[in-house]
Amino acid sequence: MEPFIRVKDLLFRYEGEEELPPALDGTTLDIHEGSFVAILGRNGSGKSTLAKHFNGILLPQSGSVTVCGMDTKDESKLLEIRRTVGMVFQNPDNQIVASVVEDDVAFAPENLGIPSDEIRRRVDEALKLVDMYEYRRHSPHLLSGGQKQRVAIAGVIAMKPRCIVLDEPTAMLDPQGRREVIDTVTRLCRENGITVILITHHMSEATGTDRVFVMEGGKVVCEGEPQNIFAGVECLKKLGLTVPDTTELIYRLNASGFELGYGALTVSDCAKEIAFALKNKRL
Amino acid sequence: MLKDVTLGQYFPGDTLIHRLDPRTKILFVTVYIIALFVAKTWVSYGSLLLILLISIAISKIPLASMLRGLKPLTIIIIFTAVINIFYNGEGRQLFSFWIFTATDAGLIKAGYMLLRITMLILSTFLVTYTTTPMALTDGLELLLNPLKKLKVPVHEFSMMMSIALRFIPTLIEEADKIMNAQKARGADFETGKLTDRAKALLPLLIPLFVSSFRRADELATAMEARCYHGGEGRTRMKKLRLAAADGIVMSFSVFLLAAIITLARFGL
Ligand SMILES: Nc1ncnc2c1ncn2[C@@H]1O[C@H](COP(=O)(O)OP(=O)(O)OP(=O)(O)O)[C@@H](O)[C@H]1O
Ligand SMILES: [Mg+2]
Repeated sequence: MEPFIRVKDLLFRYEGEEELPPALDGTTLDIHEGSFVAILGRNGSGKSTLAKHFNGILLPQSGSVTVCGMDTKDESKLLEIRRTVGMVFQNPDNQIVASVVEDDVAFAPENLGIPSDEIRRRVDEALKLVDMYEYRRHSPHLLSGGQKQRVAIAGVIAMKPRCIVLDEPTAMLDPQGRREVIDTVTRLCRENGITVILITHHMSEATGTDRVFVMEGGKVVCEGEPQNIFAGVECLKKLGLTVPDTTELIYRLNASGFELGYGALTVSDCAKEIAFALKNKRL
Repeated sequence: MLKDVTLGQYFPGDTLIHRLDPRTKILFVTVYIIALFVAKTWVSYGSLLLILLISIAISKIPLASMLRGLKPLTIIIIFTAVINIFYNGEGRQLFSFWIFTATDAGLIKAGYMLLRITMLILSTFLVTYTTTPMALTDGLELLLNPLKKLKVPVHEFSMMMSIALRFIPTLIEEADKIMNAQKARGADFETGKLTDRAKALLPLLIPLFVSSFRRADELATAMEARCYHGGEGRTRMKKLRLAAADGIVMSFSVFLLAAIITLARFGL
């Protein structure tokens, strides 16, 4: 099957940074439709730069990005690509354009020239999907960070995209807001079949995904299922990343003589794994 | 002190004034302001004040909130009024110093000026308080639409206005945060000579300025990601529609202007 997004040998260097190594230096990856994907990597590894290539905000200087068979360099397809791949950014304040929640959600469909009553339907539907319908007449600047970020997600869903890219959407949120946002995107992926690409520094957010890509120096250095990726604890630490608390615990226990598997990423699985091992050890 | 800035604030409601089409409100307030400048005597001022008070009452916006919005503008209002005391050469001389002479006619004129500016500001506040910024800028765009033929960037202008209005509370919040951070390090914004206070504002303005640029950059990217590509082919979720009430208010504004001009003709 043709992948939904195909990135091939991507090279990108910011203007005025000629003496530095390029921000993206031969990035290659495939993302399949309907999957939930996480992209990890230390500060400056090129995650945001890559994200902006998925919907043609930045264009490859060499190599190519293909979305649904459309090359992002094809200018005539640009709007089509942007409505297919929606994007949510880190700071919710800087992506909300209107002073009323529903007006903001309507912004993208208005840009697409959709008729008024269809926009109304989409806005209501999108706000219900992210659980913000009761707040539709509120002013965004009075909402909590998690709520603002869900409004931003609704603003993207109203375009009916097939994929949503989220660049550190939880970086400015408290734990409550972070859970709201992650639960929302997980639901969008699992129930509505939207492909979700989540860029994050919180390893715990990557545990529920289908596939993890780790970036370093503008390249994808490893990719795989979260269990397999997090099993390489030492390798991840070398890349400047932490691992989920559960993995860290298993890693340390193993270092002191246990032989636990790295498959358990949730707290309850991890507890079961340890309990099982303890039982066996005593016998 | 920044908390009193109410520009661009919207008080949700469902009164007759809230429901009026923004175009009607913009037209009416324009006529009202012209009338304020045509008015000469207490008869015209009195009727204009009455109209304003009735409108405020209908809109159910507490008078206190209206007046609070005036607070940051007090200095400007008083300054303009005081200048008027001395500006006028006619009338009986009250007192004089240096090159300034105050007359009784000047004093009366200053009183009217005070009233005029206050009413002007309150009437525009009433429009912004009862109209969402989006509706307001949409209305403005439609009203200025004919100018598009002259290649005036009407859509861009109205988009800029609506974004500016949207960011006022965000920037006020940010300024407040920076101010508190500076205060915690001993900065003093509230006492001292005017020059000292102005100097104290500098470390507030610079970070605010820098962060606004960053915000603008991020916002532009976010808008692009949401398929913004100028005004061409754009539709609106909330189409503006003129209702019967709009017709009545517009006719009334024509009548009001005619009446005030007639009154002025007769020296009233
Ligand atoms: N607008 C820009 N202009 C110039 N250089 C930039 C710009 N944005 C990023 N860079 C540089 O490109 C490289 C990759 O940055 P990028 O923002 O993609 O990293 P990131 O993985 O998203 O980091 P973070 O985790 O901090 O968000 C960095 O070296 C950075 O300094
Ligand atoms: Mg980044």
